[in-house]
Amino acid sequence: MSAADIQLDAQGRLRHFIAIEGLPRALLTQILDNAERFAPVGDRAVKKVPLLRGRTVANLFFEPSTRTRTTFDLAAKRLSADVLNLNIEASSTKKGESLADTLRNLEAMQCDMFVVRHQVSGAAHFIAQQVAPHISVINGGDGRHEHPTQGMLDAFTIRRHKQDFTGLSIAIVGDVAHSRVARSNIQALKTLGVPDLRVVGPKTLIPPQIEAQGVQVFDDLDEGIRGCDVVITLRLQQERMQSALLPSANEYFREYGLTAERLRLAKPDAIVMHPGPINRGVEIDSAVADGVQSVILQQVTYGIAVRMAVMAMILGNQALAGAA
Amino acid sequence: MSTQFDIDALLNTMAAQLRERLDHAGISNPALVGIRTGGVWVAERLRGLLGLDEALGELNIAFYRDDFSRIGIHPTVEPSVLPFDVDGRDLVLVDDILYTGRTVRAAMNEIFDYGRPRSIQLVVLFDRSGRELPIEAQVVGAHLSLRAGEHAKLAGPSSLHLEIHRTRA
Repeated sequence: MSAADIQLDAQGRLRHFIAIEGLPRALLTQILDNAERFAPVGDRAVKKVPLLRGRTVANLFFEPSTRTRTTFDLAAKRLSADVLNLNIEASSTKKGESLADTLRNLEAMQCDMFVVRHQVSGAAHFIAQQVAPHISVINGGDGRHEHPTQGMLDAFTIRRHKQDFTGLSIAIVGDVAHSRVARSNIQALKTLGVPDLRVVGPKTLIPPQIEAQGVQVFDDLDEGIRGCDVVITLRLQQERMQSALLPSANEYFREYGLTAERLRLAKPDAIVMHPGPINRGVEIDSAVADGVQSVILQQVTYGIAVRMAVMAMILGNQALAGAA
Repeated sequence: MSTQFDIDALLNTMAAQLRERLDHAGISNPALVGIRTGGVWVAERLRGLLGLDEALGELNIAFYRDDFSRIGIHPTVEPSVLPFDVDGRDLVLVDDILYTGRTVRAAMNEIFDYGRPRSIQLVVLFDRSGRELPIEAQVVGAHLSLRAGEHAKLAGPSSLHLEIHRTRA
């Protein structure tokens, strides 16, 4: 059963959120619209709505994360849910407890939802197939596969600034081959109708046959971002240098680092995005990361609203399914 | 089926009654808050009739409803906007039709998450009997008596009129 099959219930409503691939455009738009309604909550004195009062959300993070875990935590709390943060490294899995046993134990504690981040691609899908029927799973990033809530919050950020996806040129710059964020971005932006989607990076970091997904490939940064409305820069991971896919961080910055001068090749009102954490002076210059065109910190804020929307939709749909 | 009520006349009477209540309570600077969507239309009319400059507060109570565990996330309208500080303000909460009282309960819960108002008055265009909670309006335009299976809705926004639908069981 593909990820798309398991994500939707019999009526086509969202039940798990594992991957953007295969989800219909109308559903993605619904997530964005719901996120718009949750966004004002963070500006209020009491940053809470009572929607998920009494529900329990467990964050199962098998891989370290600060930003993603914190924003999922905040999103659940702002919906009035109770949150368990499971630091899997320090837990019983170290003592040899199997994944299945960990899940059974959490189910016995009457959790309603798991947010899972794991180093293995497909882990969230696997877990969704294992859990009891009343429990939902959100993928917080699985290996190199997808990071769907990041894809949606990036789409939300773009929509907030540019409104209409169908007229945009968007460039994703960096280690696309190893980036689950890039994969989710591509799925989301193509589904939402972006006509000109580009990936830019050294050949060693661009997956082969990616054109089949409807993106243009550039290995020259200047050409790749020329005339773009949005530039998404990805973190360059240390491991890429160590595995000889790249000569050095300096070399990468010289060829692919987004500097203010290079940014001028994009449209004057282009926005600059990054999923974080940023490596200043590697994939992006500090002046750009901190500059007026950067929306990097807004992405973090919007991530809370988008995650609230996904959680509320999934748990609300369970109510509908239960009533049926 | 459109029912004949002279809504303009009702609004005029409501504005006069509301002005009297506010004067009697010593409230000189009320803030109007309409419950989306019909309540906002009514609040907008009252704002004009009372000669108030301040922008309306507009509440979308979707996230405060009590039926999430039965019907899930309700298809909602625009998000809530309260463009003034609620703390210490005398609010006038406005809705089109008061029926079970659950909408007003949700609205008050939401208001209190923005701050602590000094007072809240409830003003409704129509009061339909069928209360499920101990909630009453201070100013009512008209009372509706409907039969079982009938559902009332305010249509608008340019020309407000009341529609009664018969819902088939």
